[in-house]
Amino acid sequence: MTDIAIQAEGLGKLYRIGRARRTNTLRDTITQTIAGPFRRNRNPLAPADDETFWALKDVSFEVKRGEVMGIIGRNGAGKSTLLKILSRITEPTEGEARIYGRVGSLLEVGTGFHPELTGRENVFLNGAILGMKRGEIARKFDEIVAFSEIEKFIDTPVKHYSSGMYMRLAFAVAAHLEPEILIVDEVLAVGDAEFQKKCMGKMREVGSQSRTVLFVSHNMAAVQTLCDRVVMLMAGHLAEDGHPEHVVGRYLATAAGRGGEIVWPSDQAPSAAGFKLFAIRTRAADGRAGGTYSTRLDLIIEMEFETATVSKGLCVGFDLVSAQGATVFRTYQNDQAPEFWPPIQPGRNRLSCVVPAGLLNGGVYLISPRVSVHHVEWMVQLESVLQFELVLDHGLSPLWNSQSDRNRPGVMAPILRWTRA
Amino acid sequence: MWPFDAARGHRFFGGGLLSADQAIELKQDPGGQTAAPIRVRAKPGWRAIDFAELWRYRELLWILGSRDVKVRYKQTALGILWAIIPPLFTTLIFNAIFVLLKVTPQTLSNGFPYVLFAFTAQVPWQLFANSLSQSSNSLVGSQHLVTKVYFPRLVIPIASLFSAVVDFLICSAILAGIMAWYRESIELGWPLITLPFFTLLAICASLAVGLWMSALNVQYRDVRYVVPIVAQLWMYASPVVYSSVNIPEKWRPLYAVNPMASVAEGFRWALLGKNHPAPGPMLLVSLVSVAALLIGGLFYFKRMEKTFADLA
Repeated sequence: MTDIAIQAEGLGKLYRIGRARRTNTLRDTITQTIAGPFRRNRNPLAPADDETFWALKDVSFEVKRGEVMGIIGRNGAGKSTLLKILSRITEPTEGEARIYGRVGSLLEVGTGFHPELTGRENVFLNGAILGMKRGEIARKFDEIVAFSEIEKFIDTPVKHYSSGMYMRLAFAVAAHLEPEILIVDEVLAVGDAEFQKKCMGKMREVGSQSRTVLFVSHNMAAVQTLCDRVVMLMAGHLAEDGHPEHVVGRYLATAAGRGGEIVWPSDQAPSAAGFKLFAIRTRAADGRAGGTYSTRLDLIIEMEFETATVSKGLCVGFDLVSAQGATVFRTYQNDQAPEFWPPIQPGRNRLSCVVPAGLLNGGVYLISPRVSVHHVEWMVQLESVLQFELVLDHGLSPLWNSQSDRNRPGVMAPILRWTRA
Repeated sequence: MWPFDAARGHRFFGGGLLSADQAIELKQDPGGQTAAPIRVRAKPGWRAIDFAELWRYRELLWILGSRDVKVRYKQTALGILWAIIPPLFTTLIFNAIFVLLKVTPQTLSNGFPYVLFAFTAQVPWQLFANSLSQSSNSLVGSQHLVTKVYFPRLVIPIASLFSAVVDFLICSAILAGIMAWYRESIELGWPLITLPFFTLLAICASLAVGLWMSALNVQYRDVRYVVPIVAQLWMYASPVVYSSVNIPEKWRPLYAVNPMASVAEGFRWALLGKNHPAPGPMLLVSLVSVAALLIGGLFYFKRMEKTFADLA
């Protein structure tokens, strides 16, 4: 047996966009077939003037048995297409992948769940769809149910479940899957934290040493700590392949806007449901911008957006992410008591947030904007769109900065109050 | 990120080794080929159907089929009564029409009581019509599976036949009741044993057409609207509400290109017995036509299969 799990050679996937992407109607084909003889070299099913694009092009790599490989890249870089090809859901247009071993792909949680069926029936259905044998599911059934913590409702149709219960049951089935090669899309990063922790434990417990894992993630901290190796896709090409820290570093460097601000052209602005984000800007409290700031001064982060209606639950904010990929904090304009909320009017708004001096450590940070209507929908959820650097410079003690180590250990470097107890 | 351990240095799925029976299972699992690699690449358009693979996925076939059966009449007030209402009502309506038009039972139904005569063919007809409409919409209705998981796509239209077969069995019970009521007009004989054959012929015919329709439906959503019309016309093109005695002898071979002609006549021959003619040479024509449709459908389906996930 070879020690290679996946071998991809020159994988490419061509998609047609525009006309042929929307579902054809018979009329289109009939009219084209009739018009066909009058236009030479035309196949009615593959109009030549269609716009095509390579979602994936010339992608080659090898994954060793037992290796955990992360796949990163911006939206539309081809990550999902690659997973779909390796899961045999869609065929590559060119190239070939050889897969040694049984593949289990989790591109979605709860695939095939039927609302009218009971939890019990759905466990068998979902298990079978994920490639488990009936006997295997039956043997693990009690374990799966116990794991999902919904014993009482296992014979209730899942349409009566809360979304949390639904997710827990779906996760429980997925967590009991035992393929040799596991392909995981990042949709799995949902569910409550407590339960996720439990799933992690479960996978560790039942898995075999030789399990190969491919996973797509936007969570750079997870990618760095978990992967033996990371590949970065960029516009369908394999842009980087190597050590996690190196590749993640490259990704963050290419991903984020620099110079202290990111301004979207109006037609490319991230938008949803009457909301449009135009710009995010950073500057120091003394007004200087540029992307590099001292921690001695307050840091101002400004968000400029347009909103058609002002919903009461509109939350505008961002995640501050460290260069290592850890989320330092998430903040919204309405975190304070309601009387301190900055007013938002229909139309253009500019809100600014003050990150106090003397709080953060030195280093490179990224801003991931987060806009939602509380408990209703996400409107903007972009990863690491703007980058800035902080220089640690707020120590008041003569002993604060030693020459050898400019940054304090830790994500933050606050000065806290000490007294004699 | 639950499948992964947050602490570096700890192998995520490390720990338990596979137990003996799990190790065996890995070899037998669907898609599990430990020795030869799975080759993922652009495949030629026309290719053979991998029946061995289809067989490995028989459990999925069964579970998807039984899902449809379970779900079919959920949240309906009349439940499985819906399996018998359409054939029963069609029969009664045509009975009323022919009574009003004063058509003699002799020309209409070979001298058999019309309700018995028509319902005997309605039962396999409903099997065909239900299978056809369900398999035609099966792929489009399963997009969420097609775009998220790999399995032989043929499983979907085949599984969609299950609930039609269950309806057929329910209707058969009603048919048995009607036959008991009219027992004087019936003389059961050895042709009864051919009934499973004609049932299978109806299923194959609907699968054959369903394969074409389901694959076409992915690309042309017009199919959804075409199928009910086709089904309606098809019923009149088959001896369901009338007898094929009304078809001139010289046209019979052409008439039998429609396999449902032989199925309907076959059901009557098997169940009504005396005085009902056997389908005879019509059957041969129908068999050839089903075989051609089915083989063509399988290949067409297989050819279109690779585009399903992209078009769905």
